[in-house]
Amino acid sequence: MSDIITPELFTYLVNLAALELGPEEADYLRRQLNNQLKAIRELERIPVPDDVPPAAHGVTFGPTERPALRDDVITLSGLAAAILAQAPEIDEGYFVVPEISHGPA
Amino acid sequence: MALPDLPAHELVAKLKARQVSAVDIVEATLRRIDAVDGDRPTPGGRAAPDDRRIHAYLSLQPERALERARAIDAQLARGEDPGPLAGVPLSVKDIFCVAGTPSTAGSRMLANFVAPYTATPVERLEQAGAIVIGKTNLDEYAYGSSNESSAFQPSTRNPWDPARVPGGSSGGSAASVAAGMAALSLGTDTAGSIRQPAAFCGVVGVKPTYGRVSRYGLIAFGSSLDCPGPLARTARDAALALAAMSGADPRDATAAAVPVPAFDRALTGDVKGLRLGLSPDYVRIRYPDPGTGEIRDAEIDPQVKGALLAAAQRLAAAGAEIVDDVPMPNTSFGIPAYFVISRVEAASNLHRFDGVKYGYRTPAAVDDLPAMYRRSRGEAFGLEPKLRILMGMYVSGAQYAKQYYQRALRVRTLIRRDFDAIFDPAGPYRLDALLTPTTPTTAFPLGAVYGDSVLMQYADLLAVNANHAGLPAVSFPGGLDAQGLPIGLQLFGRDWDEARLLRIADAYEALTAAEPWRQARPTALSGAVQAG
Repeated sequence: MSDIITPELFTYLVNLAALELGPEEADYLRRQLNNQLKAIRELERIPVPDDVPPAAHGVTFGPTERPALRDDVITLSGLAAAILAQAPEIDEGYFVVPEISHGPA
Repeated sequence: MALPDLPAHELVAKLKARQVSAVDIVEATLRRIDAVDGDRPTPGGRAAPDDRRIHAYLSLQPERALERARAIDAQLARGEDPGPLAGVPLSVKDIFCVAGTPSTAGSRMLANFVAPYTATPVERLEQAGAIVIGKTNLDEYAYGSSNESSAFQPSTRNPWDPARVPGGSSGGSAASVAAGMAALSLGTDTAGSIRQPAAFCGVVGVKPTYGRVSRYGLIAFGSSLDCPGPLARTARDAALALAAMSGADPRDATAAAVPVPAFDRALTGDVKGLRLGLSPDYVRIRYPDPGTGEIRDAEIDPQVKGALLAAAQRLAAAGAEIVDDVPMPNTSFGIPAYFVISRVEAASNLHRFDGVKYGYRTPAAVDDLPAMYRRSRGEAFGLEPKLRILMGMYVSGAQYAKQYYQRALRVRTLIRRDFDAIFDPAGPYRLDALLTPTTPTTAFPLGAVYGDSVLMQYADLLAVNANHAGLPAVSFPGGLDAQGLPIGLQLFGRDWDEARLLRIADAYEALTAAEPWRQARPTALSGAVQAG
């Protein structure tokens, strides 16, 4: 059976994912994706009646589980300096990034 | 027994009786680490061929730990109560932020990240008196079941046989507890990542109900599946740790407003009248053949099955009621659904790593911002995160989402219904818990599965449905196989009913206390037990 993730589709996904890949790495990843899809196809075997809703969570959070909303107040963490210190490049409290190109839309 | 080998609750009792100091406990633990753990793993590091060290810790915080220990000793000297976990050495999976410590998620992306704040469960364990000794290795971003995918090598070894994996992704956590390098560990479980390594390393692991423990400060993987929880050497220790870390948190809207019981008070040693189910769907597995991809049916390892049946028999003799042939028809769909749901959530969570706000940025000269994103992510993510992002992108794409993502979420409902049916108090089964193996096999050799991303995922087949369904599950030791490797057994329970599962695991410890396998020690400790 032919691969679901063709080289063209793979290139499209890599671009969406914002990744730059070496050729060997790309071969391995595309092969694994296709193998995983064979396992995922098992899902098609299951009869899922139309009235079965999707579950975003396993546990239903009703009124007794759901926490009360916090008051709408601003709280300062006091951690701005520690957080900014983790950035690869900053300048006077701003993150510095390479040029943002404004090519044709 | 040496201090590092005592259970947490005994350490607390000794400390409060002033038989030892918290500084004594921390120093003994650091000596044990020195004796058995070997060099700290690094990005691109490798093990010597004859290396039998465990490599559980990525970083140690001895100064911080000793300072906390001195503070606890001072509290005791003043006649104050330093808490239910006073002086207990704790390891933390390196996917939790602990202020001022490297918090790497096992990824090159975060190799230099120092957390500016502390995760809620860590903060609460420290408030209860536990002492963070260090951060433990894991599969990169918790994506794996063997620890081998960590960017920090050598990856953690199994203390019972250093040629084998400790399981994953909380492999460093499980190994540290098994080898006396911590009495407790804080891990996370997204498809079995606490329970599977607990089983492989012969310790207790708890995946709490979703929402029982706050995820604030946890580097997210699958946000609808992730559960922080404890690993410990006894059910009582796990109960104390779970009580300390649980409860609502204004910083996590999914931390439920459900009261937290004193879990340890439920440990009565009594299982009389409890209805425990055995399911045929948990002693056979359906998985794709690694060569052809064709779906195969197989029995689990007969020794694991033997340990399960022996446990059922012993619990029955103690008064539990065993209910056979409990149907769990959707069990085998757990992994296919997980392949979809977890990848969509992982891809979404990994988009924040862009080389701008924190983490790795490529040193190469790049033309523009998108090139910087691609290059930084390409250089810093390992194979497994890349694979998960790509799959997540594919199955959530507008043209494929109905076929994959939406369908997987509906299959999740069917999986939940399996559990609802067996726990229904008005139904035919009315179970208190479902008793199963945690894993189809005992720990596998390093390199045996790694690289085959499909087969590796199937290592979680018997564990994953607790995450889909959200309900609690506990893995506890159930014996050793012929090679001396630990076998893990598992209990699934109703939402918020961790106490009952811990009660059964604790009772089983007492029922098997005289068994030879209970006295066995991890081989990595031979010759090292004198240290500490």
